[in-house]
Amino acid sequence: MSDHSFELKGSLFPLSVLYCQDLSAAAVKTQLQQKLAQAPAFFYRAPVVINVESVTQAPDFEAIAQVFKELELVLVGVCGASAELKKVAQAAGLASLQLSKSKTPAKETKEKETKTEAAIAAPVMETKVVEQNIRSGQQIYAKGADLVIRGTVGAGAEVIADGNIHIYGTLRGKAIAGAAGDSQKRVFCHKLEAELISIAGSYWLSDSLQGEYWGKSACIGLQDDKLVLADLL
Amino acid sequence: MAKIIVVTSGKGGVGKTTSSAAIGTGIAMRGFKTVIIDFDIGLRNLDLIMGCERRVVYDFVNVINGEANLKQAMIKDKRIDTLFILPASQTRDKDALSKEGVERILNELAEEFDYIICDSPAGIESGAMMALYFADEAVVVTNPEVSSVRDSDRILGMLSSKSRRAEQGLPGIKEHLLLTRYNPERVVKGEMLSVEDVGEILAIKLLGVIPESQAVLNASNSGQPVILDQDSDAGQAYLDTVARLLGEEVPFRFLNVEKKGLLKRIFGG
Repeated sequence: MSDHSFELKGSLFPLSVLYCQDLSAAAVKTQLQQKLAQAPAFFYRAPVVINVESVTQAPDFEAIAQVFKELELVLVGVCGASAELKKVAQAAGLASLQLSKSKTPAKETKEKETKTEAAIAAPVMETKVVEQNIRSGQQIYAKGADLVIRGTVGAGAEVIADGNIHIYGTLRGKAIAGAAGDSQKRVFCHKLEAELISIAGSYWLSDSLQGEYWGKSACIGLQDDKLVLADLL
Repeated sequence: MAKIIVVTSGKGGVGKTTSSAAIGTGIAMRGFKTVIIDFDIGLRNLDLIMGCERRVVYDFVNVINGEANLKQAMIKDKRIDTLFILPASQTRDKDALSKEGVERILNELAEEFDYIICDSPAGIESGAMMALYFADEAVVVTNPEVSSVRDSDRILGMLSSKSRRAEQGLPGIKEHLLLTRYNPERVVKGEMLSVEDVGEILAIKLLGVIPESQAVLNASNSGQPVILDQDSDAGQAYLDTVARLLGEEVPFRFLNVEKKGLLKRIFGG
């Protein structure tokens, strides 16, 4: 008797957590600006949670939220907050998130333990989509995620993902899937001319990739610690 | 508002300065007020190609340091009224350029000029980054051989990640491919990459193909931009290139091996 047009389900998403000793708006701003300068595109409108475990005095959340807005980040909420801080954060319109590690108060941990384990057993894989060619010398890393490239990966470029890698153009550079060690991950590409393909640490250089799939579409996976090429379709 | 066009390549010796001089001259010939800036601090060449090496008094670095103003440093071309050259300093190195200084001068030039052509140094270090940082469009000069193509690919990556437009999230730099030193005979023999090969690898729009030509060397030696030698194949190819850069549709020429006529076969071509 369930109604499928409306559902409210739980999911796990990777969020960036900000650890900052000094939570004054000015300090947060300078620190964030420095970080953003290193990789502006990577953090653009990224959802962020502030860890307030080590905070004794309630920070000015509204001022901090304003800083996030200016820097085009999305402040989702706080984590590790004491009951008092939770109220302050709530008043500023922020969510209070549960820390998944054992740092949460002891009695709560017991109740949550089973739930947390279940969640880890079935992680939700994010997908990072890049809508351009990856040029020689560029490196793209999809941490904890699948990687989709709507373009060509040039010779001397590297695409790396903890998940699968899909390349809709030609793969001329290096593709490293299952970078976190998952041997079930695969590389899919529209045209195979790769310098190197690696899955969970096992790799092939272009010499070993010559053959019936060279210059054609292919799917590369790992079977019994050996890379296996197969038709894409 | 002036349009800033960087002529770049990554690799050295592929024809950046020759192309900057030809394209800048070509645009100025159309009546647009144009300045060509030599960003190759310490390895100044543009003045030679433009034939104004004896008229250099102040240079780009002098202007950045406030030792001279733009009017004093810019050299007005003797052939075309609307063309100016801002030479590089020969006695300094690339660290003499600061982002703030370059920006200030480009802003000042933008008030007066329609087109600003930045002749980039080779490499991917600060000098080349400075030349491309403020660009609206980029002409990527490539020779039809693998190392040049790879370096161009690298520069294209820089254009899409290290430029002002990329850092400020503005629409990206418009990228054009200019293939130089193209020799159809050697392409047929398999000694050179074809237009199609390069186009497929770099995946950007083809702006022009300049045939390998004695006219280019002659032009450099005599300090005349090759585009002024309108009887030559290279000069004509640059004219086509400029037309395309200004948005006109022009068919590509000089892509195929020319059939030698009877007289040429007898007397040699």
